Amino acid sequence: MTSHRLDLENVDIRLDGQLLVALDATIGPGEVLTVMGPSGSGKSTLLAFLAGFLDPAFEARGRVALDGRDITALPAEERGIGLLFQDPLLFPHLSVAGNLRFGMPRHTHDKSRRIAQALDDVGLEGFGDRDPATLSGGQKARVALMRLLLSEPRTVLLDEPFSKLDTHLRQEMRELVFDHLHQAGLPSLLVTHDRDDAAAAGGQVIELSR
Amino acid sequence: MLLRLTPALIVTLLVGPIVAGVGMVLLPAFGYLPALGGNALSLAPWRALFAQPGLAHSVAVSLTSGLVTTAVSLAIVLLFLAGTSGSRLDRWLRRLVSPLLSVPHAAAAFGLAFLIAPSGLVARLLSPGITGWERPPDWLIVQDPWGLSLMAGLILKEIPFLLLMSLAALPQLEVPRRVAMARSLGYRPTLAWLKVVAPALYPLIRLPVYAVIAFASSVVDVAMILGPTLPPTLAVSILEWFNDPDLSHRFLASAGAVLQLGVTLAALAGWWGLECLARRLGRRWIDAGQRRRGEGCLRLTGKSAMLATTLAAGLGLIGLALYSVAGFWRFPHSLPDSLTLDHWLGAMPSLGGPVSTTLIIAASATLLALLLALAALENEQRSGKHPAEGRLLSALSLLYLPLIVPQIAFLFGLVVLFETVGWRARLPLAIFGHLLFVLPYVFLSLAEAYRRFDPRWSQLARTLGRSPNATFWRIRLPMLLAPVLTAAAVGLAISIGQYLPTHLLGAGRITTVTTEAVSLASGANRRVIGVWALVQASLPLLGFVIAIGVPRLLWARRRGLQGAP
Repeated sequence: MTSHRLDLENVDIRLDGQLLVALDATIGPGEVLTVMGPSGSGKSTLLAFLAGFLDPAFEARGRVALDGRDITALPAEERGIGLLFQDPLLFPHLSVAGNLRFGMPRHTHDKSRRIAQALDDVGLEGFGDRDPATLSGGQKARVALMRLLLSEPRTVLLDEPFSKLDTHLRQEMRELVFDHLHQAGLPSLLVTHDRDDAAAAGGQVIELSR
Repeated sequence: MLLRLTPALIVTLLVGPIVAGVGMVLLPAFGYLPALGGNALSLAPWRALFAQPGLAHSVAVSLTSGLVTTAVSLAIVLLFLAGTSGSRLDRWLRRLVSPLLSVPHAAAAFGLAFLIAPSGLVARLLSPGITGWERPPDWLIVQDPWGLSLMAGLILKEIPFLLLMSLAALPQLEVPRRVAMARSLGYRPTLAWLKVVAPALYPLIRLPVYAVIAFASSVVDVAMILGPTLPPTLAVSILEWFNDPDLSHRFLASAGAVLQLGVTLAALAGWWGLECLARRLGRRWIDAGQRRRGEGCLRLTGKSAMLATTLAAGLGLIGLALYSVAGFWRFPHSLPDSLTLDHWLGAMPSLGGPVSTTLIIAASATLLALLLALAALENEQRSGKHPAEGRLLSALSLLYLPLIVPQIAFLFGLVVLFETVGWRARLPLAIFGHLLFVLPYVFLSLAEAYRRFDPRWSQLARTLGRSPNATFWRIRLPMLLAPVLTAAAVGLAISIGQYLPTHLLGAGRITTVTTEAVSLASGANRRVIGVWALVQASLPLLGFVIAIGVPRLLWARRRGLQGAP
């Protein structure tokens, strides 16, 4: 199992000169850093900055390093950062397997076998040919998690990934997601306003205020 | 990078030819056109223009048809929208908007002519029972000197246009909440809509409204079919002078084109005056606070006017179909005495060429427009510039430029320009001419869907390791297939309906179904006209069938892509 580390060094993001977020942290392999704050506190802006989608209207300073390599200026697709959103966002024009395949690095061996294995792991055996629109909410969330993992990211950003799930599914998905991220040795940054998410993540918590 | 240049390219492409065209009209209008021996500036063309018999009448008809068409169409659209209650009839009328919009102007005009002519369908349905006519009355209904039938024909086509533009703008206005608020204050629904939604809607559809004014005050093909003849409207007169074998008439035509610019500007200025008046009266009406008075009457007017115009357009098309297969058809009989395929069989050999030329021009212009529009919108997404940031507002207004400057006023300036530099590649020039009018519609039709597309889809694709290009080809384009094809269908429909760009830039040697149908207007057999107008009307429908059918076939097993764009 490989292990990765994410360093945020003196990151600060401003809009029209006004400070939105300031953060200085290190996330080790398999650890989760939770960033909490009310809406408007700049959580999404922080994620956009880390993933490489920051709107040019913002000014950002500081350095983001992944395994010691500065990725601050890299385009989104070369950063090695995976994203998990509130919604599963399975591409509607691809099958379940097509969605998983879409994210896999080009030179991956045995793509089909690994896809089948991944579906097996989350109890979706034989779902490869299905239209994603026919899946239940929990099934979609699990496919989205597997798509993320198969894309072999070196670090993961989680944007309130459980907030739209039903209560009974939420706890189950929390365990599933954090277990997998931990096993894979991925440093993760979770953005949420739900204290239970932070508790389930079990790592360091930073509160943003407005 | 190529993508970054597209906005500038589009603006150049739309503005350049218009400026050049107007310039090449202005010079000859003041006597300067060395190729024809005009070496010095003079006012001779203007003296010749003002000496034309009936000029004042031509100008008056052009001006009034610009204002009346727009006022009536807008009033019907607003009253209809105000009175809609979601009934089956309302939904049915709304659903007919797109197909009606795709019917070329010329075909709709022929349909109306066949409907209201003294020996037309309406007279036949009412005779002899109600009218007592055994023979068609000797009335000049079509091509009446005041341009009433011209305005009626234009209204039939402008209503769907303004309705579609309004329907596209309405979602921004949170209509249900506004109306609910007003109704809770005691206003009846139609009055509530007119008092709290219409004033907010109008600024959003102002540019399309101006386009209607400009179009109606300068249209050529509809005016050749339904407009007065002695004298014709100003735009038609200009075309006649331009086509005159005596090339010195070109000076006269140029002065006429400058006058046309003035007439259209005057119509726009007049409209601006009407806007001020309507604003003042409207405010007084709103302030007066009546909550019930006029409700029923306004609603009924809107609904019945919309129904009547939709029926007229539909019946017109049915009339075209009937005439195209009619054998002997004695006057008061509502249906032909005998049916025959002779007119179709007779036209068949001469249909092939024009149909394929039409499709070649339409497909090329649409493809180019689609490429440019996609590139510009993709660039907008990648550079993170949002349309709301001021600068693009002006760029959007520029898109309307080819729709607001009268075609006749700059197209033949362009022809003169191309003749001067010796470009004679007629088909490419005709395609280029079509592109000027196709591009704005394709862009406007696509922009909405493109900008609404959830940015998280592409962000997700990028974090899954795909480049911006791969994201475009593998995610954005397939997911936006339905709106892209709809935009293409709109582009095809616009191109197929174009008369003047083909006629002028093709130097009269390129024959499309539209130029052929319009040329039949002067005195050809109604049955032949029926065949050609019907072919012209059905070609754009083909595009819409493809635009609706292909995504359904392709995504038959993908429920997430059905219905919603």
